[in-house]
Amino acid sequence: MLELDCRDLPCPRPIIELAKALPSVVVGDLLAVVARDPAARYDVPAWCRMREQEYVGEDLADDGLPRFVVRRLS
Amino acid sequence: MSSTPEVYLDAASSQRLHPAARDTLIAALERGYGDPRRLHGAGRDARILLDNARAVIAECLGAQPEEVAFTASGTEAVQRGLLGLAAASGLSGIVHTAVEHSSVLHTLAWRDSPAHASVAVDGTGRVDLDALAEASRRDGVAAVAVQLANQEVGTLQPVSDVDLPRSVPLLVDAAAAVGHVVLPERWDALTASAHKWGGPAGVGVLAVRRGTGWTNPFPGDDALTADGFPNVPAALAAAAALQAVLTEREEVAARQFRMVEQIRTIAAALPDTEVVGDPVARLPHLVTFSCLYVGGDEIVAALAQRGYGVASGSACTASTLEPSHVLAAMGALTHGNVRVSLDRSTTEAQVDGFCAALTEAVAGIRARAGL
Repeated sequence: MLELDCRDLPCPRPIIELAKALPSVVVGDLLAVVARDPAARYDVPAWCRMREQEYVGEDLADDGLPRFVVRRLS
Repeated sequence: MSSTPEVYLDAASSQRLHPAARDTLIAALERGYGDPRRLHGAGRDARILLDNARAVIAECLGAQPEEVAFTASGTEAVQRGLLGLAAASGLSGIVHTAVEHSSVLHTLAWRDSPAHASVAVDGTGRVDLDALAEASRRDGVAAVAVQLANQEVGTLQPVSDVDLPRSVPLLVDAAAAVGHVVLPERWDALTASAHKWGGPAGVGVLAVRRGTGWTNPFPGDDALTADGFPNVPAALAAAAALQAVLTEREEVAARQFRMVEQIRTIAAALPDTEVVGDPVARLPHLVTFSCLYVGGDEIVAALAQRGYGVASGSACTASTLEPSHVLAAMGALTHGNVRVSLDRSTTEAQVDGFCAALTEAVAGIRARAGL
C-alpha cells in the first residue's frame, strides 16, 4: 500500500498530498496518509465524501502515529 | 496605499455598536455612575437605569424582569446558568448537543461528571431529537443545553420540539440568535450576549424562569445577579440596542437572508467547495463553507488583502490548532473554512464584491498549491 508521509505537514497539506497521489494508485487499491495534523482525522473522510472515494478507516503507522486509509474508487 | 475601508463580514463574532446604543450609552455614562444599591440620588438614578434596562431586555426575551440578570459576558451567563441549574438539582450531569458553544463544553470539562452526555448532530448540524430525549432520561441528568442557533454554521435547533422529563430544565443558549430570529417560548433558562446583537461588549444575559430551580454556584449571595459592581450604562445601551434591532428585525433579516442565499449559491458553484449548515432553517445573516486544498489562514488573509474581513473555523486559525468541533461533529471539511456574517449595514454591492474576491482568492491559492 502506498503510504504518504505527511507527519510534519500542516493542514491542509496532507489532503493536498492525498489528492496529488491518487492518480498513481490503481482503481480498487489502497493508499494511506500518516499525519500528526489533528484536522486530518476529519478531513480525510470529508475529502473521500467530496471526491467520491472510499474512506476505509484509521489505524496506526509503524511509529504509532495515526494513519488514514483510502480506497481509490474512480 | 489604498484607503478603502474594510468590509466587515464578521458580525457573528461581534457587531459594531448600533446607533441607538451609542446615543443611550453616552447619555447613561453621565447618569449611571452611582451604586444602584445606595439610597442617595446618584444611586437611585443608577437603579432606575438598571431596572429599566432589565425590564426592556426581559420584554424582548419574553421573560419577566425578575427572571433576568446581567452577567459580564455570554460565556459567564452559560457558566452561571448551567452550574446553577446543576447546583439546585443536586445532580451533576449535563446533556448537550455536540455543536454547543465552547462555553458549554468548557463548563462541563471544569465540572466533570459521568452523567454528562454529548448528543450527535446530522450533516446539517441539527441535533438528533430522539437521542436527546433518550439521553435526558438517564440517571444523574441535571439539565439539558441546546443552542437556538449555531454560531459557526447558522443551523437552527428545534428547541421547541425537545422532549425532556418534567424534572429536567432546558437551557437555551441564544447568543447567536437574539436579534436575528424569533425566540421560542420554550426554555427554562436562556443565555445571550449584547455585543452579538449590536450592544456593547461586556454585557451578558442570564434568564431563568420563575419556578425553575437555580442556586448560585459561585461565591456570593444566592441571587441570579452576580456579586460585583454592575456596568449600568452598558446594560442600558444593550437594552436600547436590542429594542432597536427587534424593531427593524424582519426587514433586515429578509434582506440578509437573500444576500446570504446569493453567497451560498456562488460558494457552492466553486469547484470542490462545500456549503455547510441547513440552507433554510438557519440564521438569516450567516453562512459557512469549506474549500478543499485551501488553508483557512490563507483564505482569510487573501480576502483581507482584497478588503473583506471574515472568520474561519479551520485549525490553523485557532489558538489551539484544533479544528472546529462544530465542523468535525457535522462530518464537514474542516480546512479551507470561511464564515461570512452580515450586519444591518451590509449592501448588495458589498456582497457582489465579496463573491468576486472569493472566486479569485480560492483559484489563486489552489494554483499556488499546484492543483
